Amino acid sequence: MAEVTAKQVLFEPILNNNPIALQILGICSALAVTSSMSVTLVMALSVILVTAFSNMAVSLVRKQIPNSIRIIVQMTIIASLVIVVDQVLRAYAYEISKQLSVFVGLIITNCIVMGRAEGFAMNNGPVLSFLDGIGNGLGYSVLLVVVAFFRELIGSGSLMGITILPAVNDGGWYVPNGLLLLPPSAFFIIGLIIWALRAAKPEQVEAPDFKLSRHKVKEAF
Amino acid sequence: MEYYISLAIKAIFVENMALAFFLGMCTFMALSKKIEAAAGLGVAVIVVLTLTVPVNNLIYNSILREGALSWAGLPNVDLSFLGLLTYIGVIAAIVQIMEMILDKYIPSLYAALGVFLPLITVNCAIMGASLFMVERDYTFGESVVYGFGAGAGWALAILALAGIREKLKYSDVPEGLRGLGITFITVGLMSLGFMSFSGVSL
Repeated sequence: MAEVTAKQVLFEPILNNNPIALQILGICSALAVTSSMSVTLVMALSVILVTAFSNMAVSLVRKQIPNSIRIIVQMTIIASLVIVVDQVLRAYAYEISKQLSVFVGLIITNCIVMGRAEGFAMNNGPVLSFLDGIGNGLGYSVLLVVVAFFRELIGSGSLMGITILPAVNDGGWYVPNGLLLLPPSAFFIIGLIIWALRAAKPEQVEAPDFKLSRHKVKEAF
Repeated sequence: MEYYISLAIKAIFVENMALAFFLGMCTFMALSKKIEAAAGLGVAVIVVLTLTVPVNNLIYNSILREGALSWAGLPNVDLSFLGLLTYIGVIAAIVQIMEMILDKYIPSLYAALGVFLPLITVNCAIMGASLFMVERDYTFGESVVYGFGAGAGWALAILALAGIREKLKYSDVPEGLRGLGITFITVGLMSLGFMSFSGVSL
């Protein structure tokens, strides 16, 4: 891993090795916050900050941590950072922190943060780890923002609270699709995004468990 | 009694951890390929949730909450900002203790659950339940019922998904959707089904 460059570390996770679409990490706390853009952006920013700084902190103390208690140490570092983010949000963006409710706290158990601390920061220097944190945070954010874009635009005809498609109720022409505001739509959108991503990059397609065998007998044709 | 039953039903069906709040998704997606694995994980989640939510409830109400330390002569201390750190510590400790007790006294159950117990510490459903308990201000009795209900709901969801995926692997899915993609869409459809419970008034 010695030859990884800063650029690679920063941009690889966004398209080629996206934490959500390929590694199935960190879907947990993400989906419930994507029904409006502004809330999503705040959440994405918090995740980027926490991932980057926890990666850097873990990497700084990586040689001092005894191997048997490393998970606890990482947890403590991450939890402290999340508490800082949570308190800052409560102080300066109370409305949004109310909407995010428990999901800021759930950044602690977000597998991306733990996964990167354990998988990357324990073996690499602080600067590279910091960039890796930003890269993975960005990969997560990009997907989240795309989901939020579709959900808010189609679900309520607005973006960041500004009306783009005037809704019927307010005298416009657009009939909002309420399904997109409900939780299941996030799954459909992510499923479709994964489909699109893998159609563009066929090497990410998973091998099938079983193959259909060809028809050997001419049946009722 | 009636109140507790309706609280449990609400936690299992209407506010299903996995399908309504997306909690515990990582393990939900990753370990739902086989029914046996899903069942083991489901039982482990039920047990851990039934233990951790009440314990965190006690800690929150007797130490962290604003004014909770007044018995020690500190009526103005508000330690609730330490909540996140405490809950995750409690969860990690309980999982560890459970692992040791099971290993010593019920080795057969330990062998069945063994692999899944450490994974549970980082399962967002566990942490999420504790945070919801604080946000909704449950009493001790309510938190026991809620912990169990949330765990049972999660176990139900992962069992159902594992059942579907065991059949699904024989079907001819378009290339790009194979594996993760089709799982997401399946979960979406399941979640749509569970939404119908939200019409139930309790």
